[in-house]
Amino acid sequence: MVVAEQKPLEEILEMIKAYDQLIVAGCKGCVAVCAAGGEKEVRFLASAIRTARKMEGREVEIKEVTLERQCDPEYVEQLRAFVGEYQAILSIACGVGVQYLAEHYREIPALPGVNTTFVGGAEKQGLWTERCQCCGNCVLHLTGGICPITRCSKSLLNGPCGGSSGGKCEIDPEVPCGWQLIIDRLKELGEFERRYLEILPPKDWSTSRDGGPRKVVREDLMK
Amino acid sequence: MRLDCPPNVKIIRLPCTGRIDTIHLLRAFEGGIDGLYVAGCLEGECHFLTGNLQAKRRVEYVKGVLKALGINPERLQMYNLSAAMGSRFVEIAREMTERIWQLGPSPVRTGKGREV
Repeated sequence: MVVAEQKPLEEILEMIKAYDQLIVAGCKGCVAVCAAGGEKEVRFLASAIRTARKMEGREVEIKEVTLERQCDPEYVEQLRAFVGEYQAILSIACGVGVQYLAEHYREIPALPGVNTTFVGGAEKQGLWTERCQCCGNCVLHLTGGICPITRCSKSLLNGPCGGSSGGKCEIDPEVPCGWQLIIDRLKELGEFERRYLEILPPKDWSTSRDGGPRKVVREDLMK
Repeated sequence: MRLDCPPNVKIIRLPCTGRIDTIHLLRAFEGGIDGLYVAGCLEGECHFLTGNLQAKRRVEYVKGVLKALGINPERLQMYNLSAAMGSRFVEIAREMTERIWQLGPSPVRTGKGREV
């Protein structure tokens, strides 16, 4: 999932200070799962904003709404009926959601209430970690299902660097060395000799970020 | 014992402090409450194992939010005591009442801006 975390309240309050009618829009997708922008977080943030405004003796009208997804036009469209009554939309979906709202509702600003952090998963309740950098050219079949692009701090493709010590990365003693993980996993699978000794060629990064915004086309699904 | 709780303390009963959500705590402050405390079982003695520990974390989280909003986080506290500690219950109620008297009314009600 896309993992996000709420921006500091002070930053949000500063962002919305010019507006007295506001939509706080959540998303029931990834950000709901990582407890940054779901229905519950919408309620909490709206309550915090109202509290802050009461302290200034200034009224704020907040419409609380949580869309099924903010990254699909048909759901984004559901704000159309009442968007004209408000001055701004504070979206606590990922960056995609904020941009979709901005593209759809051109008359009022769409503001980000969260920082979109990474693509990852939950390790345990309350802890999410990064697993994928969306390089567009997956090599997990060669590396025992552990991503060298994400898990190695240098995104190395052929084994650890000199900063790997005791299974940890030199950037932080808490961070495991991605290549140590890969080597251990390849040994478990009995694939160490075959995989590790095979030198991977320089990666084709043209599928990654260097070509500008990417797109996926499925003509069979198009109408 | 015959100890009296201060009359300003309103008790909201819950099956376990683990039922408390952060929104319950924040909404109380949004509504203009001057102070709020959560009275959970002693640590390690939760009937549901970790309810009071979860409540403690949630109280800490909301204290952070109050601070960011400019409300003195001292207005929110968590206490641990058992059902058999009646005198301690009254002591806490008095202690909390005294603390809130010193802090004065909530800035949410006075509309005078941040207090911290």
